[in-house]
Amino acid sequence: MRWLDFLRFIGQVLNRHRFRTLMLWLAIAIGVVAVNLLTALGEGAKVFVLNEVNLLGRKTLIVLPGKKETTGGMPPLSGQSPRSLTIKDAQAISRLSAVKAVAPLVLGNIEVSYAGKLREVILLGTTPIFFLMRNLEVSQGKVWANVDMQKGEAVCLIGHQLRHELFKSSPALGEWVRAGDRRFRVIGVLKETETSFGFDMADVMIVPIATAQSLFNVDGLFRIFIEVKYFSQLMMAKQKTTALLKKRHEGEEDVTVISQDAMLSSVQGLLDILTIAVAGIASISMLVAGVLIMNMMIITVSQRTKEIGLLKALGATAGTVRLLFLCEAGLISLLASLSGLVISYAVLLVANTYIDTLQFYSPWWAQLSSLLLAMSFSLLFAWLPAQRAASMAPVDALQGQQKKGQ
Amino acid sequence: MIELRHLQKDFKVGGDTVHALDDVSLNILSGEYVSIMGPSGSGKSTLMNILGLLDRESTGEYRLNGQNVSVLNDVERTRVRRENIGFVFQSYHLIPRLTARENIELPMLLAGISPKERRLKLDAVLQKLSLVDRAHHSPNQLSGGQRQRVAIGRAIVMKPSILLADEPTGNLDSKSGSDVTHLLESLNEEGITLIVVTHDQAMGNRAPRQLNMLDGRINDEIKV
Repeated sequence: MRWLDFLRFIGQVLNRHRFRTLMLWLAIAIGVVAVNLLTALGEGAKVFVLNEVNLLGRKTLIVLPGKKETTGGMPPLSGQSPRSLTIKDAQAISRLSAVKAVAPLVLGNIEVSYAGKLREVILLGTTPIFFLMRNLEVSQGKVWANVDMQKGEAVCLIGHQLRHELFKSSPALGEWVRAGDRRFRVIGVLKETETSFGFDMADVMIVPIATAQSLFNVDGLFRIFIEVKYFSQLMMAKQKTTALLKKRHEGEEDVTVISQDAMLSSVQGLLDILTIAVAGIASISMLVAGVLIMNMMIITVSQRTKEIGLLKALGATAGTVRLLFLCEAGLISLLASLSGLVISYAVLLVANTYIDTLQFYSPWWAQLSSLLLAMSFSLLFAWLPAQRAASMAPVDALQGQQKKGQ
Repeated sequence: MIELRHLQKDFKVGGDTVHALDDVSLNILSGEYVSIMGPSGSGKSTLMNILGLLDRESTGEYRLNGQNVSVLNDVERTRVRRENIGFVFQSYHLIPRLTARENIELPMLLAGISPKERRLKLDAVLQKLSLVDRAHHSPNQLSGGQRQRVAIGRAIVMKPSILLADEPTGNLDSKSGSDVTHLLESLNEEGITLIVVTHDQAMGNRAPRQLNMLDGRINDEIKV
C-alpha cells in the first residue's frame, strides 16, 4: 500500500469510530498533560526555591555570630552568641586580598511614625555597599554617600509600601519621620517588588549602620556579607575569614561562615527527587492510557474480524494488517500526545499569567519523554491485538470467527 | 488453468477426522463457466476456499496458471490471489464506512496502484456496472442488488482471470438475483473464468458445466 492511502484508510477508521477515537484521544492526552503539568509544577517549585536561596549570589559569603554546623541544612537565621561580631571585624575582613566588598547588617523591629500614623517595621542598618551587593534599586532619591561604617547619620530609605502607608500620594523625600526616639530624613524610596533573601523589602526602613547600632544600643552585627573578587577564591576567602575572626576573637572559633553552595546542593538534590517522583506518578496515568488502548484495540479487532478477513481475501498480507492496526494506535497516540502538549502549554501559559509567585515550566526532557512514553506505551499495547488480527485465517475471519491461523 | 491433483482437506472434530475434501482432482479451463452444487457439508465451500487460496489443502497439489501454489508461502499466495482471483460473497462483505467507490477501490489500494491509474480503472468499472450515480453512496444507502454490484465491481477491478462467487444471489430477491446472475454471465462472456457455488438448482443449471458434490467428492459432473 502507498503510505498516503494507508493514512487515509486509518483516518477513515478513526473517523468512523469517533467515540472510540475520542476516548483514546482523551486518555492519552490526559496522560501527556499530567506528566507535563506535574513536572512543570515540580520544576517550578524547584526554580522558586533555588531562586530564593540563590539570592545570595555565587560569590557571596555570610558571616553569622555563633558556631553552627553548616552541612546538612539551612543554618538558623537568628541566634545569640556569646561574642558578637563587630564593625571592626567587618573592617578587618574587608582588608583581606580576596575580598571585594563587605557589608555589615544590623536588624531590628521599630515603630515608625509620621503625622500621627504609626507603623511597626523592620529596620536594617548597613552601608551603601549593601545596596550594590543585594541589587537593591532606589526609585526616588538616592542612598547616602558615606561609606564610613562608624559614622552615623539621621537619614533613611524606606520601602515603597511603607512610603505609601505613611505619605499616601504626597512627596516623601526630604520629610522627617520618627523611628524609636529619633528623627530621620527620608532620602530615598526603594523600587517596588524588591525582595531579598526572604525579606519583603516593601516594608522596611534602611539607615546607616552606626545609626542603627546606637538606635538599638548594640555593638554586635546580625550578619556580615562578603563578596569575593572571583568565584574561584570563595573557599580560600572562607578559610581566611574564619582564621582571621578566630585570631581576632582570642583564638575562639565562635562565628560561622557559610557559602550558599552547601545549602544549594542539599536543597537541589531534594527538589530533583520531588520532580522525578511527581513525574513518575504522572507516568502511571500514561500506563493506564496504554492499557485502555490495548482493550480498545482488542475490541476493535474482534469487531472488525470480517473486515480483516475481507482485507486478506482482497490481497492484504499479514504484515499489512498488523501495520494497519499498529499505525492506527500510533497515529492516534501521536496526535493525542501532540494535542496534550499543546494543552499543557496553554495551561502553563494561563497559570503563569495568573500566578506570579511560581514560574511553571515544563522542561524539554519532560515534553519529549511524555511524547515517547505515550507512543511506546500505545504501540506496545497495540502489538498484541495487531498480532491477533494479522494471524487470523482469512476463511474464519470472513465468517466472523476469531480462530488463530496456521 | 486450474489443476487440482488428489486434493485432500481434513478437519479434526473432537477425536474424529472429517474429510471435507476427499481426493478431488479437477481441471478448469480459462474462460469456463462452472457451477458447484451440493448440500451443506458436501465440501463445496471448502473447495471454493481452496480454489480462492483462502485456505490450504491438507495434501494434494493445486496448480494455477501452471504455477504450483501449494508450495507458496502466505505472502506469495496473497499476491497470487490479489492478481488472479476476484471474490463475490453472499453477504457482500462491503466495508460500511467506505463509499461504493472506495469499496471498489480497496483491492487497488492494497496492491499499491497509483491514484491516477486507480481513477481510470474505477471510472471504467463504475460505468460498466451502471453505478456512476451511486458512487458516493455508502453501502447502507444501497439496495441489495446494488450492493452486490459494488461487490462485483470490487472483484473485477483488478482484472482477475478467475471470479469466485459464493451464493452470489443468496441474499437477493429474484429480480435483483437474476440481474446479478446476468451481470456475472456477461463478465464470463468477456472471458473471465466464472465459478459459482450455489444451493440454488435453477442458478446452478445455467452453467454449461455443473459439478455436484457429496461427502467431499465430486459426485457427478454434467457438461452441457
